Amino acid sequence: MSVKLLLEKAHVEGIRTYEVYRREGGYRAAEKALKTMSPEAIVDEVKKSGLRGRGGAGFPTGMKWSFIAKPEGVPRHLVCNADESEPGTFKDRYLMEFLPHLLIEGLIISSFALGSNATYIYIRGEYAWIPDILEQAINEAKANGWLGKNILGTGFDLEIYVQRGAGAYICGEETALIESLEGKRGNPRIKPPFPAVKGVWDRPTVVNNVESLAAVVPIINIGGDEYAKIGVGKSTGTKLISACGNINKPGVYEIDMTISVEDFIYSDEYCGGIKNGKRLKACIPGGSSVPILPANLLLKTAKGETRYMNYESLSDGGFATGSMMGSGGFIVLDEDQCVVKNTFTLARFYRHESCGQCSPCREGTGWMEKILKKIDSGKGSMTDIDLLWDIQRKIEGNTICPLGDAAAWPIAAAIRHFRDEFEWHVKNPEECLVRNYGLAGYADPRPIPA
Amino acid sequence: MAEEKKLFKVTIDNITVEVEPGTTILNAARMVGGEVAPPAMCYYSKLKGSGGKCRTCLVEVAAGSTADPRPMPKLVASCRTTVMDGMIVKNITSDRVHDARAGVVEFLLLNHPLDCPICDQAGECHLQDLSYEHGKEATRYEFGKRTFKKHDLGEFIQLHMTRCILCYRCVFTAEQLTNKRVHGVLDRGDHAEIATYIEKSLDNDFIGNVIDVCPVGALTDKTFRFKNRVWFTKPMDAHRDCPTCCGEVQLWMRGEEVFRVTARKDEWGEIKEASDGKTGWICNTCRFEKKDAKDWVIEHPTHVARHSVISANHYEKMVKPTETMPEVMNGRAPKLLMDIHSVSQVNKPTINLSQIEGPAHSDDFNKG
Repeated sequence: MSVKLLLEKAHVEGIRTYEVYRREGGYRAAEKALKTMSPEAIVDEVKKSGLRGRGGAGFPTGMKWSFIAKPEGVPRHLVCNADESEPGTFKDRYLMEFLPHLLIEGLIISSFALGSNATYIYIRGEYAWIPDILEQAINEAKANGWLGKNILGTGFDLEIYVQRGAGAYICGEETALIESLEGKRGNPRIKPPFPAVKGVWDRPTVVNNVESLAAVVPIINIGGDEYAKIGVGKSTGTKLISACGNINKPGVYEIDMTISVEDFIYSDEYCGGIKNGKRLKACIPGGSSVPILPANLLLKTAKGETRYMNYESLSDGGFATGSMMGSGGFIVLDEDQCVVKNTFTLARFYRHESCGQCSPCREGTGWMEKILKKIDSGKGSMTDIDLLWDIQRKIEGNTICPLGDAAAWPIAAAIRHFRDEFEWHVKNPEECLVRNYGLAGYADPRPIPA
Repeated sequence: MAEEKKLFKVTIDNITVEVEPGTTILNAARMVGGEVAPPAMCYYSKLKGSGGKCRTCLVEVAAGSTADPRPMPKLVASCRTTVMDGMIVKNITSDRVHDARAGVVEFLLLNHPLDCPICDQAGECHLQDLSYEHGKEATRYEFGKRTFKKHDLGEFIQLHMTRCILCYRCVFTAEQLTNKRVHGVLDRGDHAEIATYIEKSLDNDFIGNVIDVCPVGALTDKTFRFKNRVWFTKPMDAHRDCPTCCGEVQLWMRGEEVFRVTARKDEWGEIKEASDGKTGWICNTCRFEKKDAKDWVIEHPTHVARHSVISANHYEKMVKPTETMPEVMNGRAPKLLMDIHSVSQVNKPTINLSQIEGPAHSDDFNKG
């Protein structure tokens, strides 16, 4: 049984209410932080913990906090990025739905550390019921003196506002989120200046993922050094993984990043194996925008070492033979899934979600979708595969925000690892409509189940 | 005495220039001029906040600065990246830039209708120039292009959204020049479009400038549409006393007739500064209603720079010859031929024209 820091109390009856959360030891960290620690000490503690941003990029949170500009007389802001729209990722939703007070507590500590007196939770529009849960939690916290003026007599004021998005994936990008929060069209800004210098209303701003901010609570409770001892290498602490796809037990799991991918998929504590006794074909380990990996490269790295569920191990081998931890949206594909169709679905998503600001992404995502649709429906040609490769190459790195990369990577990885399946679709235009390619060369290295 | 500002040295394609801190790479390159200046479809120096969107101005930064000479891993948008002291930039000397730029041109042309033969912008279109200079001759796109319904924007301005490349210049213009912006970008991705708030017409005094900033034929002048091709008209600098704007314009004339009035533009296709030092935006009255040569004081023909079709500047290239005819013809003077009725009469190699004194007469050829 691995360590649980975030979801330990998730199943306590009534944990959503302030009374139960407080009885179970909630707001202890906030009390400790506000009464006994200075903002700098909290930042130091988070730095020591080695906590990495849980939204996808994995940038050290403590370092991000220390970058915030502190000009005299200009208010600073903390923004909680709850615009969790990456296909396959639903960990923040679980956290906010079941443990709203954990997030509020994390926000209080973080706001105190950063000197933010007005903190925003930007939540995606599709999570229509969650703002109510959060607002109720905020009201309860306020009624008990954790928010408002002069919290715990420390002279620190804090208000938390919940802002709903309108259903755009791009608003999960921090600068697009800031634009949207300001009431504008959610187009990403051109960096620099970074939000830490000019963010919301041109004020210094830190944008953090829900899980990163919630993780501040256990860090303060057990101390940064203790937190850093959990996990391995630079992947410290625990990470929420939202597992879905063809597995027996989809759901949100908290792991301590020392578990191997194989154990995560097959052990009964986690995913419980592939559904219906099928075999593993491929997996997208970190949300839809990270490269897909075939079974043989997923369980073992190219060097033949066991692959673990952590930042370093999952990206071992670079994009040639590795992938990324991403946001922890673990999507498992069994032998009956078609990689071409899967890639087409992803391309369609990115085409739909491209903001249309810069040309490579606006035009390129639509083009890739059309070509993939053509190949998927058995009308493709061999040159289309090379063309796809060339298009993704010209999008990647040439766009304003990472959405261009996010649209290019899954397609690049699908062609890199599953080229034979694409070619089979081209060569067998009729057969590909009635049956799937199956496992082929990237077969599941595990023994066939009896 | 104020300390002199330190200038930053930046090397672009092996040419070093000194610029003030805060200058963008693009503007530094424009100081060098010529091919070293990256093309820009969305950046407009007169509009705050523009740029960064079209990605045609991508350049490679081979060294970030003297203090930190590491190269930047990605290509950067030169219009929005400021120079650092000792920065080394590669534009036309970088294969990566050529490759990426050809890609961007291809992307921009994917959904562009390429209806140049019937487009009023043809001849002064930035996209034409761009694809001619940086694009490939053929496209690999084989699907239907996206199209839009036409929006009516009032009596003067025509929006042809299918041609739009979403540079956002007109949105910035409307935001920064007029008091109530009624148009913007709706929707997202490749179906994003410039549109007005529920079919509202654009009727601010200065809204006509959106036509000038549009790099393609998406926003055109309804009073000029289909009247003439720009390369048949002659641009003339002219001015009038206008109560609302600077009144300094360019007339596009054919004979005595004024076909079109626009603001004056510089070699990068941007509106020039007027004589008062401010940007020479012009008002709708000047642009749409003063279509008579009598309304204007015509100064001189305009010097048009860089544009493909109308950059001929014939009047400037005229040079008075200094040589005499015998010099040009190796000492042979021109001969006047008289009373010749057909070519066959003079087609006789035995007769040497230079030996005949005075004009050559038909009799000289028929002498025997």
